[in-house]
Amino acid sequence: MTELTLVQAVNRAMHEAMKGDADVLVLGEDVGVNGGVFRATEGLQKEFGAERVIDTPLSETGIVGAAIGMALYGLKPIAEIQFLDFIYPAFDQIVSELAKFRYRSGGQYPCHVVIRSPYGGGVKGGLYHSQSSEAYFAHTAGLKVIIPSTPADAKGLLLTAIFDEDPVLFLEPKRIYRSVTGEVPDGDVRVPFGQAAIRREGTDVTVLAYGAMVPAAVQAAESLAGEGISAEVVDLRSLVPLDEAAVLASVEKTGRAVIVHEAPRFCGYGAELAAILAEKTLYSLKAPVVRVTGFDTPFPYALENLYLPGADRIAHAVRATAKAG
Amino acid sequence: MPGSSGAEEGAPPDSGTSFPEERLVEAYRSMVLTRTMDERCLTLQRQGRIGFYVPLQGQEAAQIGCAMALTPEDWIFPAYRELGVALARGVPVQLLLDQFIGNSGDQLHGRQMPNHYGYRKYNFVTASSPVGTQITHAVGAAMAAQRRGDPIVTIAFFGDGTTSSNDFHAGLNFAGVFQTPSIFFCQNNHWAISLPRDRQTRSETLAVKATAYGLPGIVVDGMDVRSIYRAVAQARQRAISGGGPTLIEAQVYRLGPHSTSDDPRRYRTDAELAEWKEKDPIALLKHELLGSGRLSLAEDEKIWDAAKQQVGSALKNAEALAPVDPATLFEDVYATVPPLLARQRDDFQQFSREGIVKP
Repeated sequence: MTELTLVQAVNRAMHEAMKGDADVLVLGEDVGVNGGVFRATEGLQKEFGAERVIDTPLSETGIVGAAIGMALYGLKPIAEIQFLDFIYPAFDQIVSELAKFRYRSGGQYPCHVVIRSPYGGGVKGGLYHSQSSEAYFAHTAGLKVIIPSTPADAKGLLLTAIFDEDPVLFLEPKRIYRSVTGEVPDGDVRVPFGQAAIRREGTDVTVLAYGAMVPAAVQAAESLAGEGISAEVVDLRSLVPLDEAAVLASVEKTGRAVIVHEAPRFCGYGAELAAILAEKTLYSLKAPVVRVTGFDTPFPYALENLYLPGADRIAHAVRATAKAG
Repeated sequence: MPGSSGAEEGAPPDSGTSFPEERLVEAYRSMVLTRTMDERCLTLQRQGRIGFYVPLQGQEAAQIGCAMALTPEDWIFPAYRELGVALARGVPVQLLLDQFIGNSGDQLHGRQMPNHYGYRKYNFVTASSPVGTQITHAVGAAMAAQRRGDPIVTIAFFGDGTTSSNDFHAGLNFAGVFQTPSIFFCQNNHWAISLPRDRQTRSETLAVKATAYGLPGIVVDGMDVRSIYRAVAQARQRAISGGGPTLIEAQVYRLGPHSTSDDPRRYRTDAELAEWKEKDPIALLKHELLGSGRLSLAEDEKIWDAAKQQVGSALKNAEALAPVDPATLFEDVYATVPPLLARQRDDFQQFSREGIVKP
C-alpha cells in the first residue's frame, strides 16, 4: 500500500499496465514531454518512450480515431482527452464508431479503447473546463462509463478498464485529483466494473452519488448524524454497467433516496436512476425520490460554488427526504 | 490532368510497380463481375429483395486496379461504395449478398445496411455511414502496424465529398506527423449526392490538399486500371520503405445514382452523363482487349455469362438461407451481455414466446 492522490493513482495504473503489457500505449495532447496538463501521465514517456506515450496534434477526432485504428489492429490504447469539455469533436468517433464496432461487425472487430478525461467543476474552469457530460455516453449502447471517487478505485478501475474487452470512458473528477488521498494497493490490483461501494452505512436515507459528489455526500451524511439522521452513501463507481442490485438493496432498506450529480438535471444520469427506482422500488418508498444536481444552465465561472451541489445542499435534501411522508 | 506526380517521381524507374500485363484479363473479369453484381443489386432493391443499395458503376477500374496493387495482408478501410475492392479481395459473392439481405449467413448478423460489410478474414474493416471516420482509423492501424514491425500498409477509401470532413484533415495531418505507412485513396466521382466537385472545395484538385500536410498528392486517371495500379503500387512501396503516406485522387465518375434513394436527374445533365459514359472503364478495356486480340467476342461473352451465373447462383443460395436469428439482437453490444441488457433480452424473448411481438 502507498498513500497517493487520485491523480497519482491514475498515473500508477497506467504505469503498471504499460510495464506489464507492451501493447498498452498512451496518446493525447501534451501527454508526453509535458506529462499531461494535470500531470496524469508524468514520467511515462521518459520510462516507456515517445512511441508508447505519444504527443499528438491538437485534434480530438484524430486522437480517438487513431486510437480506434490501433485497437482494431490489436493494441490497447489509452487516449487522453485533456478536458471532457473538449471531447465533442470526437463525439462522432466515440458514438458512431467506437461504441458500435463490435456490434456492427458481428463481433469480428472488438474495439477496445480507454478514453480518459478529467471532468467536472470546482476548478474555476467556467463553461469549457467544468462540464459533466457523462449522460451522453451512458446513453450510448456499447460504451462503459466509469467514474472513480477514491485513489484506490482510480487505480483499480483504470487497470480494469485497460484490460477490459470493451470501450471504456474513464472520467476523472479533477476537483479531487489532489484534494483526496488514500491508501492504494501496489501492483496490478484491479477493481471490477459493475460494483457500487457503500461509502457510509445508514438506515434512513440512501444517497446515490459518483465522482466528486461522493466526498460531498459523505460530508453531508456526517453532518446529519448529529441530527439523528442516518444516511447511507452509495458510490456508484460504474455508471455503465450499473450495479442495479446495490442501488435497489439500499433504497429498499431505507425507503428514501436522494440522487446527487453535478451535471444538469434534465435527462441527466439521475433521471435514469429515478426511473429505475420508480419501476423497481415504488412500494418500498416512503418519500418521493429527490435529485440534487447542477442547474439546467451552462456551467458558470464566477458562481460555480452556487451551481455545484455541495454538502449543504445535499444535507438539506436528505433532511427534507428523511422527514417527508 | 492537373496535379503533381510525386509518387512516380519518387519511385525508381523499374521498381515492379507497373501493371502486370499478364493480369489484364483477370482485371477485366473482376470489373465485369463487379458491374454484373452491381446491376443485379440495383434490380434487387427495386424488387424489394434487398433494402437499399449503393452502386459504383464507373468506378470499377479504380477499385480493381487499386486492390490488385495491394497484398492480402494490407488493411482496407472502405467507405460504403467499395464492392469492386471487396470482390477483388476475394470476398465471396454470396457472403456479400447475405449481408445485403441480412440473413442468417450474414457475418454481421443483419445489423448493417447493405454495403456496410467488413470481414476480418479479408482484412477488410467493417464500414460505417458517417463519411471520413475510417481515415483516422486507417492512420491508427498504420501506427500500430509500424509499432509491431509488420510490413503492411493501410488504405482508406473515400470520395470527393469526404475531403470536406473533419477526419480527412485530422487523418492526413496525423499521417504526415507520424509518417505512417498509409494510402489515402480518394475516388473523385465528381458528385457528393447532389453537390458537384467544384462546390465541394475551391482547390484546383483534391490531391493538392495533401501538400498542406506534407505528403505527396497525385491525380490519376481512375478510368484506367493500369494508371491506378501503378499509382497505388508506388504509394505502397513508398509507405513500406518508410517514405510515409500518399494521397491519391482517382478521377472517376459515378455513372449511376448516389444510392437507390437518389435520382441524379435532379441535379446533373444528360449531356454530362453521356460524356462520361464514353469513358466507361469497362467499355474502354473491352475495346482494347478485343482490338489487341487478347480476347475474342466469344470469350468476352463467356466472361459476362460466367459473372451472371456466379451472381445468380450465389443469390439463389443467399435467398434460401433462414432469416437472421432474433437472439443476435442483444449480442456483441459488449463482449458479454451486461445484466440490464440481459433483462431486456429476456423480456424480448418472453414477448416472442407469448406472441406479444411477432417476427
